[in-house]
Amino acid sequence: MTTVQTAIGPEKTMVLNMGPQHPSTHGVLRVLLELDGENVVTANVDIGYLHTGIEKTAEALTYSQAITITDRMDYLAPLSNNLAYCLAVEKLLGIEVPKRAQYIRVLLTELTRIGSHLVWLGTHAIDLGAMSVFLYCFREREELLKIFEMVSGQRMMTSYFRIGGLALEPPTGWTDRVQKILNTFPSRFDEYEDLLTKNRIWLARTQGVGMLSAEDAIAFGVSGPSLRGSGVNYDVRKYFPYSSYEEFDFKVAVRTEGDCYARYMCRVMEMRESLKIVKQALEKIPAEGPIKADAPGIVAPQRERMKTEMESLIYHFKIYTEGFAPPPGEVYQRIESPRGELGCFIASDGSPKPYRMRMRTPSFVNLQALQKMVEGHLIADVIASIGTLDIVLGEIDR
Amino acid sequence: MTDTPDLEKNLNVARIRASHPESIADLMWFRGELTIIVPREHLLTLVQFLASDPELSFTYLSDVTAVDRFPIEPRFELNYHLLSMSRRDALRLRVRLPGESPAIESVMPVWPTANWHEREIFDLFGIRFEGHPNLRRMLLPDDWEGHPLRKDYPTEGPR
Repeated sequence: MTTVQTAIGPEKTMVLNMGPQHPSTHGVLRVLLELDGENVVTANVDIGYLHTGIEKTAEALTYSQAITITDRMDYLAPLSNNLAYCLAVEKLLGIEVPKRAQYIRVLLTELTRIGSHLVWLGTHAIDLGAMSVFLYCFREREELLKIFEMVSGQRMMTSYFRIGGLALEPPTGWTDRVQKILNTFPSRFDEYEDLLTKNRIWLARTQGVGMLSAEDAIAFGVSGPSLRGSGVNYDVRKYFPYSSYEEFDFKVAVRTEGDCYARYMCRVMEMRESLKIVKQALEKIPAEGPIKADAPGIVAPQRERMKTEMESLIYHFKIYTEGFAPPPGEVYQRIESPRGELGCFIASDGSPKPYRMRMRTPSFVNLQALQKMVEGHLIADVIASIGTLDIVLGEIDR
Repeated sequence: MTDTPDLEKNLNVARIRASHPESIADLMWFRGELTIIVPREHLLTLVQFLASDPELSFTYLSDVTAVDRFPIEPRFELNYHLLSMSRRDALRLRVRLPGESPAIESVMPVWPTANWHEREIFDLFGIRFEGHPNLRRMLLPDDWEGHPLRKDYPTEGPR
């Protein structure tokens, strides 16, 4: 789609406020659109409507307590946030998580990725008018939420990972549920593709829309499928593997067109690749084994031991009253969340509470590209562009 | 993670020592991550070099983070997390700023992505970025007083 000619000048343009309450902004996002008819002259993004001071709150909580607030940032992929934070603290402490816990983490994180992409696909499609896709995606997502509820007790704000491993042993029978997902989802993804991929309306609304070149994407710090749709092959799981990702065989979805359609194809392919990873993880997870690291002052001992051994009782008491204190220092841990590079920076001063916890959230950085994507184009393409960036306001504003 | 390798053999350190030796005030290695402490006045030249040098090619800025070390002086630490996609290498640059009127040049000319990072740091810490085209609050309302992520910002009671 070519850039349209506009008649610039204050008398010729109208400033329209899109949001903060708008069904298509996927949250409380405000975009000030200066319009010349239907053409967008300038677009200024205003955020901060969901700012709750998560980073400041984390400074008042112990390292274990802070896991619960990380869920609420990217609320469509809570386990990803948990993972980034736990990996950062484990790196800071220098403890090794047992393989069984690592594989379960990978499995659940990939299921989270599928769940997040399902919400993205459903909402992006319904914004552009394809309403049935939304219902189908949420039908699939329901199965995933049931699994999260089975293992952690929570559908969304799971807080299932702990420093050193997992919170609880997953219940028996959960692998059967995961297997059922592996059996049913591929054909469901085919259904979505039947509805959208070659659909003339979909193609007309997404091809050539929201163009982002590779140079711009790198300059703006874009990551995730939004970057890979523009041809840059950067996936943290391959670049800086974490939690045993180097042991899994999967492809990274990269397209070169740089438009909404390319990003759509990337994310659909990513869902399929995630299923592959889930299948491999399911085979790799040993039936028995520890789910928490063996780190006495950091990871609480098993309850039976706490009730019978004095030393375990003392450790338990100290961990839950004082908390554990990592050495002073700073770490930055990157993971590949469904939206891109999620980085957790923790500065420790040797006390049991994080001195500074910073989450570098992909939506915050990716949203900078919106201005470039929509200026000079039609107002209807703003909706497609916001949808294609897959933003979550919780992680933008924190 | 246990032993600190010989940092002078690290490609990043060696290249910087060869061309901009005054930019390295100190080196740190912790948990597999390299941090270079850079004096405030040399930061912009250094990052221009790091981004454009074909052997290093740190073309991607992951994050800019500030830490408030109140009451220690210099009070603020600014951490720049760089990434070289072609070499799959990461680097952290740290600049220390004083508590009184902390300011530094914006790195937007090198990485436009710094735009929002620097605005957020200005909003929450009060560090000014010279040359930034739009340095105003973004997460907090425009008329908010104070910088919440500073350690001397009250966490309870009336402001």
